[in-house]
Amino acid sequence: MQVPAHFEYQRATSVEDAIALLERYGPESRIVAGGHSLIPMMKLRLAQPELLVDINGLADLGGISLAGDVLRIGAMVRHAELLASVTAGTHFPLLHDAERVIADPVVRNRGTVGGSVCQADPSEDLSAAFTALRATAVIEGSAGVRRVPMREFFHGPYQTAVGPAEVLVELQIPLSNSATLAGSSSAYLKVDRRAGDWAVAAAAAVLRIDRDSVVTEVGIGLTAVGARQFAAVEAEDFLRGRQLTGEHIAEAGDIAAQHCSPVADQRGPVDYKRHLAGELARRALHAAAARADLAIIGRL
Amino acid sequence: MRVTVTVNDQDYIRDVEPRLLLVHLLRDELGLTGTHWGCDTSNCGACTVWLDRVPVKSCTVLAVMASGSSVRTVEGLERRGGELDQLQVSFALCHGLQCGFCTPGMLMTARWLLDRLPDPSDVEIREAISGQTCRCTGYENIVRSIRHAAESERAAG
Repeated sequence: MQVPAHFEYQRATSVEDAIALLERYGPESRIVAGGHSLIPMMKLRLAQPELLVDINGLADLGGISLAGDVLRIGAMVRHAELLASVTAGTHFPLLHDAERVIADPVVRNRGTVGGSVCQADPSEDLSAAFTALRATAVIEGSAGVRRVPMREFFHGPYQTAVGPAEVLVELQIPLSNSATLAGSSSAYLKVDRRAGDWAVAAAAAVLRIDRDSVVTEVGIGLTAVGARQFAAVEAEDFLRGRQLTGEHIAEAGDIAAQHCSPVADQRGPVDYKRHLAGELARRALHAAAARADLAIIGRL
Repeated sequence: MRVTVTVNDQDYIRDVEPRLLLVHLLRDELGLTGTHWGCDTSNCGACTVWLDRVPVKSCTVLAVMASGSSVRTVEGLERRGGELDQLQVSFALCHGLQCGFCTPGMLMTARWLLDRLPDPSDVEIREAISGQTCRCTGYENIVRSIRHAAESERAAG
């Protein structure tokens, strides 16, 4: 029987209360949201917090809404809620692509967006998605609210910018790459070994092209292949300002593959994962392009 | 730590350790052994119960986190007067189980599916139960059972 070690449990009554509890108990205290990353880690003694601060009751951390020029997604939004959100899917179809392949429907009922991102597992899907979308993490502590770009959020495997006495409040995605704008869309593609498994590799693509099919904005995220901050920056730099052609997309895929650092494990050897990184980046770019502008498909 | 929980419309109060998992509260403290305890890693889905009206894997929910909530287990599927739920009838008719270990989780997830989607396609059924592992049936008869239940419920209006 797998049971966590002893710990204390408190329910936070507000974000401020959660921060106060984390400060009082120190670095051995942890926030629990959906618990679908932390509780398994606690069963295996990979995490052994002395206090769990439960933020499930905090309405401030919920909800998906448009606010000015961003889409905001509360940290406590469950995966199922993001998958069901018409607003999120209309503006950023890659969020629905990614959610559809995260774990399984029952796990998605409980696991949260904020919990997934804060777990910072190298194989986690939303990290690459939010990186490609250039989202911003809103983090609150006793000193106030900080805004951290997703590309500075991940400090390494299982390490993020969120401090020991801070709470991730929400993620904000700029609407400048919304699929509701002409020439703009996004896609996420994943290869896994079986339904609900972690990715062998996956890629996120966000594209914006002008009337002459020149790429004006591009975001490429890579999952599970050791890409720095989950981003394929060199491939983005190559595509930006170039005509969106099949050849250029293929070259961007090659560049993405060259610049990632997969490690061999039970999901596959390095060369296979590198191949997947390039191929999935290419396919995600094609899928985003097809969604952005049906007229362009014939030319790719 | 005090836990107050409503299970299948009945209120329970128990004092438990914070580390007690919901699946063990249900089975060991409340004696509701219909919920099965399987892989312990939120993969197999045998422990699936409804928590505030949505199915969750109770091996990955702390009992204290469920305090103040309502839980529905496979024992709560049976209608008043001992009448089986249509899904239970259909699983029996279509041989939707062999050893029966995965069945409580399958039933709770399938009930949730049919409540939201009375006429699911086979693809939708397979997607819905993709978090439930069965090692006996190869899933064919489970999909058939759920489809049979959906058809029976639609026919009954």
